[in-house]
Amino acid sequence: MNLSLKIWRQKNANSEGKFQQYDVQGISEDMSFLEMFDVLNERLINEGDTPVAFDHDCREGICGMCSMYINGQPHGPGKNVTTCQLHMRSFKDGDTITVEPWRAKAFPIVKDLAVNRSAFDRIISAGGYVSVNTGNAQDANSLPIAKDNADDAFMAAACIGCGACVAACVNSSAMLFTSAKISQLALLPQGQAERAMRAEKMVAQMDTEGFGACSVTGACEAECPKGISLENIARMNREYYGAVLSSK
Amino acid sequence: MVVIFIDLEITTYNSLIYLINTKFMSTMLDAKIPSGPINEKWTDFKSHVPLVNPANKRNIEVIVVGTGLAGASAAASLAELGYKVKAFCFQDSPRRAHSIAAQGGINAAKNYQNDGDSVFRLFYDTIKGGDYRAREGNVHRLAEVSGSIIDQCVAQGVPFAREYGGLLSNRSFGGTQVQRTFYAAGQTGQQLLLGAYSALQRQIGLGNVTMMTRHEMMDVVMIDGKARGIIARDLISGKLERHFGHAVLLCTGGYGNVFYLSTNAMGSNVSATWKAHRKGAFFANPCYTQIHPTCIPVSGDHQSKLTLMSESLRNDGRIWVPKKQNDTRLSIDIPEEERDYYLERRYPAFGNLVPRDIASRAAKERCDAGYGVGTSKMAVYLDFAEAILRYGKGEANKQGIHEATSEQLQEMGKGVIKEKYGNLFDMYKQITGEDPYQLPMRIYPAVHYTMGGLWVDYNLMTTVPGLYALGEANFSDHGANRLGASALMQGLADGYFVLPYTIGAYLASDIRTKAIPTDSPEFVQAEIEVQERINKMMSIKGTKSVDYFHKKLGKIMWDKCGMARNEKGLNEAILEIRGLIKEFWSDVRIPGDTDEFNPELEKAGRVADFLELGELMCVDALNRNESCGGHFREEYQTEDGEALRDDENFAYVAAWEYKAPSEFELHKEDLVFENVKIAQRSYK
Repeated sequence: MNLSLKIWRQKNANSEGKFQQYDVQGISEDMSFLEMFDVLNERLINEGDTPVAFDHDCREGICGMCSMYINGQPHGPGKNVTTCQLHMRSFKDGDTITVEPWRAKAFPIVKDLAVNRSAFDRIISAGGYVSVNTGNAQDANSLPIAKDNADDAFMAAACIGCGACVAACVNSSAMLFTSAKISQLALLPQGQAERAMRAEKMVAQMDTEGFGACSVTGACEAECPKGISLENIARMNREYYGAVLSSK
Repeated sequence: MVVIFIDLEITTYNSLIYLINTKFMSTMLDAKIPSGPINEKWTDFKSHVPLVNPANKRNIEVIVVGTGLAGASAAASLAELGYKVKAFCFQDSPRRAHSIAAQGGINAAKNYQNDGDSVFRLFYDTIKGGDYRAREGNVHRLAEVSGSIIDQCVAQGVPFAREYGGLLSNRSFGGTQVQRTFYAAGQTGQQLLLGAYSALQRQIGLGNVTMMTRHEMMDVVMIDGKARGIIARDLISGKLERHFGHAVLLCTGGYGNVFYLSTNAMGSNVSATWKAHRKGAFFANPCYTQIHPTCIPVSGDHQSKLTLMSESLRNDGRIWVPKKQNDTRLSIDIPEEERDYYLERRYPAFGNLVPRDIASRAAKERCDAGYGVGTSKMAVYLDFAEAILRYGKGEANKQGIHEATSEQLQEMGKGVIKEKYGNLFDMYKQITGEDPYQLPMRIYPAVHYTMGGLWVDYNLMTTVPGLYALGEANFSDHGANRLGASALMQGLADGYFVLPYTIGAYLASDIRTKAIPTDSPEFVQAEIEVQERINKMMSIKGTKSVDYFHKKLGKIMWDKCGMARNEKGLNEAILEIRGLIKEFWSDVRIPGDTDEFNPELEKAGRVADFLELGELMCVDALNRNESCGGHFREEYQTEDGEALRDDENFAYVAAWEYKAPSEFELHKEDLVFENVKIAQRSYK
């Protein structure tokens, strides 16, 4: 199939960007969206042009590195799919596809479609862990955990930290990301000791980074490639208010 | 000594070079394995290894390159102990390392299932699975610490799968007859890495680890014969940086991307270990590569990577091909009696759960013989129909439904399969457009893991003092074939429980060394050399993209150093790679500038190293005149096509020293088996 691409080009964080149009021919429907970009970049290199910079690594939907805003949707059309797993059979011959980077104050653009998401790492550093040094652990089966809780914790822990939730949100809020980690640890007995402190610190860090507030539009859940549920945000709010009220 | 049969005039010269290069073998390598009975070595070692006191730890700096399971766990554990740690990764966050993509599980000798597991059995299975080419001392230690890994991960909040009673669930993996694999759906690597990452982020937050993301290690800095730091490139600004460390840990994964198409991430590369190799670290068993039997087949020339379907699927999936050659019927139209479940037929004792090397070769054998399926005919079926029915009946019993219709059984069975492997089934559907709940998966082997790596001693130190290799980057634990669910175990064992002890043996004698300023001549010189190489590459301004060379190399490696190798092909491959190296350095085109974010420049540096490694892999494969594990030399096989080892001549680790371009010297470490009786591996 032949396609028209409108791609955001920006040399670096300090320069101005703009859309540029490229036509690509002979795209197979078995290609992934990123393989279509490989074809484009190979051509640009051969023509002496600068290839489009974009983040990607595992190309199997789990590392969370790929991050394209395609036709107004993070990771493009289709539910529960990352850009690298989006295949060209989701498009038709003659389509025009607009591709932008994640747009959020807390995710400055690095180049073209690549952004800086280190704010997420700092949110985890603020409290997204259980403080257990290597060697401190007791026998794994000495702590039975109800299967339902374990399963719910797993569902929350499935977050890949891609940032689609932020890109989808009108407020650029990081509530879904932050709440997934808070939920995972709040649901497990291992997370109880630091529960209140964790909620307070992670929420504070989220605000410091410049992410917006949540107005419960649900866009984050709808666009999350791993189906992280809005329930986590509700749980985080409970955790947070509980923590603030009991704060010493 | 290598014996080379010369059948092409052109190979004569090169073959002779190997003869020359391998003639002067140095002294045997000393792995520094502690003496004493196998089950006391590690305990005894820990009790006597020199310690560094807490005050001194604060003044000792350790560089950790790579933040996968091995790197993140080592960086976090060392920081917890009080060392000053600097960690590096080329991705935008340490959480993205390719360990994240590991699917099926992690082994541990917990014996929670009461099915007869023990440390010895895990040790034995690993040695046997590795086709008797791994080091006993290291493997036993791995089995010993395996249980602590599960404890540590659970304590961190890793949500492993559980039974209704709240206790941990297990499943089986290839090459074992017990259930010792812990898992979190098909995302075990993700959950374990996020556990290690959270421990690392905690230490970063506490100021004990300085994290440098989007940084690539460009070289090791050597001072007075010791590794004392690295030159790194900030991938955003393109600036070169100098970093000092009393010791340097390479936790940079494997080199499967030398084949271009593999299950590795796009960025996975050999550059850190290859740079170390060029600075004196021996590279061990480079030809041992693991071709994983269950991957989604190649669909066209555009393909950039291959996707694994976890080995755990072989717990429930049955592998088959039609009994008739070139059968064009749909899978579901082929009746039961016309299907050949060839693994169950050839290996009744282990059936579909034979180790990976055996399952891969068996699939290749069937496809080469004309029984393959799908449009390319290079695929076999992995079928869940029977498992769906079996689970459906189980669920019906649980729910007390005695006369369930077949639709109900199907429905309930699919529910169970979804819970176990849901994400894998979704992934398969996204990539192929086919629904594996309705039709069997089509699968074919693909490059997945590399057992070879930097040679390390018992302390995980390479032949360069102060330079360590952990996880897939070293060679020590998996021999010639790794068992499923053992990579996660080894990465975390090295990082959490081995290196933090063994590094004391080196650092205890280094407490008087003050931090070396990075304006010292060795650092300056190392940076100049890195800069010159980058400039040289950028100045070529040729006509071919980096990918052109990578794809060409990949094809040579897959055709001639892949699932089956022979002497003629390997000799040809060496010549072809040398030609490709010349072409690369005269005709590669790298767009953009050095002082900006330039992914093509990053790729070029990595492919240049892959080219040199490719040659060494072929040299090693040519030297090893036997078949073992993932290394299958067509000249050496039994009558029924199994790998034929030569224990008399090849029960050694081949550790190669870099002398000059295309010139490598062989050193040997003899493998001694005192606790496992060396035998022909049989899964029949």
